[in-house]
Amino acid sequence: MRSHRDFARGFRESLAGGPAPQNATAQDPAEIERRFDVYRNNVAHGLTQALARHFPAIERLLGAECFRGIARAYIAEHPPRTPVLTEWGGAFPAYLADEPSLQSLSYLPDVARIEWARSRAYHAADAEPVAPELLQETATRAGTHLCLDLHPSVQILQLLTPAGSIWASQQPGGPAPPRAKEWRPETLLIARRGISHVITSVVRSSTGRFISALSAGETVARAQDRAGADFDLNAALLLLVENALIVGAGIERGDES
Amino acid sequence: MTLPRKAGLGFKPEHFPAISETKPDLGFFEIHAENYMGAGGMPHAMLERLRADYALSVHGVGLSIGGPDPLDRDHLARLKLLCDRYDPESFSEHLAWASHGGVWMHDLLPLPYTVETLSLICDHVDEVQEHLGRRMLLENPATYVLFDDSDIPETEFLTEISQRTGCGLLLDLNNVFVSCVNHRQDPRAYLEAFPLNRVGEIHLAGHEEEELPSGPLLIDSHGREVAEPVWALYAETVSKTGQLPSLIEWDNDVPDFATLMAEAERASMILSGDHDALAS
Ligand SMILES: [Fe+2]
Repeated sequence: MRSHRDFARGFRESLAGGPAPQNATAQDPAEIERRFDVYRNNVAHGLTQALARHFPAIERLLGAECFRGIARAYIAEHPPRTPVLTEWGGAFPAYLADEPSLQSLSYLPDVARIEWARSRAYHAADAEPVAPELLQETATRAGTHLCLDLHPSVQILQLLTPAGSIWASQQPGGPAPPRAKEWRPETLLIARRGISHVITSVVRSSTGRFISALSAGETVARAQDRAGADFDLNAALLLLVENALIVGAGIERGDES
Repeated sequence: MTLPRKAGLGFKPEHFPAISETKPDLGFFEIHAENYMGAGGMPHAMLERLRADYALSVHGVGLSIGGPDPLDRDHLARLKLLCDRYDPESFSEHLAWASHGGVWMHDLLPLPYTVETLSLICDHVDEVQEHLGRRMLLENPATYVLFDDSDIPETEFLTEISQRTGCGLLLDLNNVFVSCVNHRQDPRAYLEAFPLNRVGEIHLAGHEEEELPSGPLLIDSHGREVAEPVWALYAETVSKTGQLPSLIEWDNDVPDFATLMAEAERASMILSGDHDALAS
């Protein structure tokens, strides 16, 4: 398949800014470039739109025109390696962090991390919350060996900027963005409650450490140790239960096998 | 198992409430396969509800059947998972390519029609049908340039693929009109040469028009009503083929559901032989 391969490679170079493919033709050959522009535009526009669907707050914060410029550069450097565009864009937050012209907007990569996590949560696998009686009963039997399975959508983001508050300020009817004196790191819980509702909650950093430890398979007792100072176990468990995020409960196997 | 020979619509999530409330009289809904490849959540919840009430057409845009690379095994596996889960009445893809060297361009790109590409595409179609365990439909593209090394007419190319692989064809009449106008050819001559007996579904969509020095350049935008000349081609075609599953594609600047339904109703009237439906 040598020659078709050469054709496709050449076509891609034409899409990336080179002249139209050598074998491209039209009734009036003078029009070939204008006609080929349709493909150039379709590809650039389609991928920019796909990125904007993942990162609407970034588009709002940067403005449509600036977003388009950044998106085109990102597309050239990180083109999709999958036809499933809901899976493409994970490198965008880090790309924003490295982009020299955006260094003054330290919160921007963090807002992008939030939007990517929300996308992940939206498409995560389904799981039913564990029944309260079963949870209670397992907790009693397990004692310090209680393990909890969290919903597949659960993600914790430990951010150095108040990006959660900034993200919220970009939502329709959202609060005002944080002022300079309110500038502080934020820990976020991002997850999906039920089928459709993606939550984005600012939580204590100790709660974040606790949930991360549970996700890593630690027992509740050890996760509590990891949480450190300023931790409220009841509040953390309530947060998980109220959002239907505990989908399994079990007893850690002892070392005595 | 085939699609009902009625009008259908492309499913847009924003229309889900209207659809579940009104249960409109439609032959089927069509979805883009790649939008339903996540693990769970709302997309699958909606699709399950939809599938319970309607026939389903799964339409892929990412397989790159006309590309030089081997078909992506992971993507074939995802398609199989989707088809096994929802058991659609139809699966279709495009005579086009979208990926090269592991990079996807998210567009339906054109290719020269040669002996070489013909056998490549036949191999790919065989592989898809074998992998999915079902017959597929292959759709004619909308194109903006031609290639001077193309030496097989598109209609002959599609006929040959269909005969060699046993696949059906998806006849997109807007694509026929767009390509023929763009290449200064006669859409009726194209349809005369098209193997209508292999058609399993028809697509109807809107296009945009630009002006080139030599005349119009039509762009397959899927962003507005079906154009009058395309409705005319539709009426002529179904008068020859009889009723066929007929989809209204409207993927950009998506209007409210009532506007889409009006397009589907017009298609239904033409399908049932109502000639007044042509003069709207
Ligand atoms: Fe189509």
